[in-house]
Amino acid sequence: MPIDAVALVLLTVIGSATPLLFAALGELVVEKSGVLNLGVEGMMILGAVAAFGVAVTTGSGTLGVLAGAAAGMAMAFIFGVLTLTLAANQVATGLALTIFGLGLSALLGVGFIGIPVEPLPKLMLPGVSDLPLIGPLLFGHDALIYLSIFAVAAVAWFLKKSRAGMILRAVGESDISAHSIGYDVIAVRYRAVLFGGAMAGLGGAFLSLVYTPLWNEGMTAGRGWIALALVVFASWRPWRLLAGAYLFGGVTILQLYMQGAGGFDIPAQVMSMLPYLATILVLTIIAAGPWKGRLDAPACLGKPFRPST
Amino acid sequence: MSHNPGAAGNRLVVYSVFNPASWKIEPRREIPQGLLYATPLLAVVLTVVAGFFIFLSMGYNPFLALYHFFVSPLLTLYGLSELLVKAGPLIMIGVGLAVGFRANVWNIGAEGQLTLGAITGGVIALAFWNEETWWTLPLMCLCAVGGGAAYAAIPAFLRTRFNVNEILTSLMLTYVATLFLSTLVYGPLKDPMGFNFPQSRMFGDAALLPILLEGTRLHLGGVVALMIAVAVWVLMTFTIVGFQVRVLGQAPAAARYAGFSGRRIVWFCLLLSGGLAGLAGTFEVAGPIGQLVPVISPGYGFTAIIVAFLGRLHPLGIILSGLVMALSYIGGENAQVQVGLPQAVTGVFQGLLLFFLLASDFLVRYRVRRNPAALRHAPQAQPAE
Repeated sequence: MPIDAVALVLLTVIGSATPLLFAALGELVVEKSGVLNLGVEGMMILGAVAAFGVAVTTGSGTLGVLAGAAAGMAMAFIFGVLTLTLAANQVATGLALTIFGLGLSALLGVGFIGIPVEPLPKLMLPGVSDLPLIGPLLFGHDALIYLSIFAVAAVAWFLKKSRAGMILRAVGESDISAHSIGYDVIAVRYRAVLFGGAMAGLGGAFLSLVYTPLWNEGMTAGRGWIALALVVFASWRPWRLLAGAYLFGGVTILQLYMQGAGGFDIPAQVMSMLPYLATILVLTIIAAGPWKGRLDAPACLGKPFRPST
Repeated sequence: MSHNPGAAGNRLVVYSVFNPASWKIEPRREIPQGLLYATPLLAVVLTVVAGFFIFLSMGYNPFLALYHFFVSPLLTLYGLSELLVKAGPLIMIGVGLAVGFRANVWNIGAEGQLTLGAITGGVIALAFWNEETWWTLPLMCLCAVGGGAAYAAIPAFLRTRFNVNEILTSLMLTYVATLFLSTLVYGPLKDPMGFNFPQSRMFGDAALLPILLEGTRLHLGGVVALMIAVAVWVLMTFTIVGFQVRVLGQAPAAARYAGFSGRRIVWFCLLLSGGLAGLAGTFEVAGPIGQLVPVISPGYGFTAIIVAFLGRLHPLGIILSGLVMALSYIGGENAQVQVGLPQAVTGVFQGLLLFFLLASDFLVRYRVRRNPAALRHAPQAQPAE
């Protein structure tokens, strides 16, 4: 394979991994605080439509990206009010968020189907971007891809080293103890949930503004759910999440290339099953492997908490 | 102090109503049954109110839009029959899912199990498509239940054997099932005389559900769904399995202490809900559709989750909530035809309804009272005379 083709394949892997990375990283922080938000798919698709709509109407990709994050955050706020303030069942609320997001995005996006959008500008460095293999791989992406990698490092540092991150983990491991030593469990969880929403919204914005770049009803196609699986796969560790997202991006691209190559006598639909089957396989391996029991799932994950006053 | 109707006393009242500290929220010791069954109604009312404002903001006449969404479909015999056609699968699936939700078994892949049931039933219909036999339809139903249950057995096995979360696996399998159906109708099951359209042959008469009302699409499935709801109610209320499911959901520790097998309950819940979803799938292809096509259900498997909650996870409540959600489908179609409302409104309404229901649950589980402590410490409080 010529070196340019290798670079091209790797580039598409990065493209398909980045939305997963954004959404999963947000969910990782949410779950670390002890909250299970199954509405990633809903937040992501609303982020996608909001980003696309704003980018098309204002002509500014940056505003679009911001709108995507804000839309994801707004959805996350609904989730927060229901599960944190009103102590509703997190599983049911997450499902509601997904159903609502898919419906609302379809409604908002009716006028945007089939309209082209100006892709986000690429950050070019004269000279270096032209280097073979390394040039196109490391340079010349749009800002969101760099942001996603930076976010991994930031979240890793935040959870491990910062005081606020340690409080967040304490809240996720034992809400009652954190509450009794004076931390505001609900406030910490609200912040985590809103961050998760913004990240899912960014993932959606990347999909509709960079990856496709088009708006289509239901275009997230289960990526929000795969992001949830990735968090388990990464056993709640940010750097493993990065690896996992690129692995899944690779699987997605692999099946696309195998469909395109033609030489295989396998229907395209069977190839398209690959990412979903891989998710199930990976979840099983993670749960059944020799490291089971040491998965580091936050102890209070999914348990509702109401401070007794 | 309440004896003194002075200005300070009035200010105290205003002050305390808007100060969160003056309210006390405490969990109820007992769930008030009346409130438990009244809140779904409240949620429906709130959804309609929200719908009013959504339509208004979209530039439609809200009264007209609501009328065509919620009222005019119910005014014709055809509309009523369509309501039952759509409520059938919702009730059938919702009843099965509710059993699992009670035991904290979260099968959210009913859409996939429905698809598998449609495939297994449909394959039987196509295999005997030119034979007029009485047993085609019963065999299809049997295979559909088997297909749906077998598909739900995958998450059941992974959960009980490897402790893999059934939420994610059952959902991933939904995408796989849809793609599998697509493979079949684009490939081996494509109608040889169908001008290359991705659909199977039309089923023979022996494979089609009898129509109950001439001139409509109302088929036997609706009646079967009602019978299933009653049967599941009996199962949950009067049998040991039903008792075990309820105990496992409400008090897992007690269930373990009593020696109930959690694994068996997981299997039971998933096989039951999968089997019923599969049956609903075959009823769709043997009823309103009449052949295998790439998309069989407008999201019945997901909507049935809302149906289950709206019906308070109670089989008889689910009959009512199934009818309400069915109205959201035909109301959406009707409003699209009558006032040009986008079909997607249906999904928005369904999501809103579940939001409002979950929010109103708060009233069921908690009581909000004036906080006596806050009153005592309020600065405006006057010394007792």
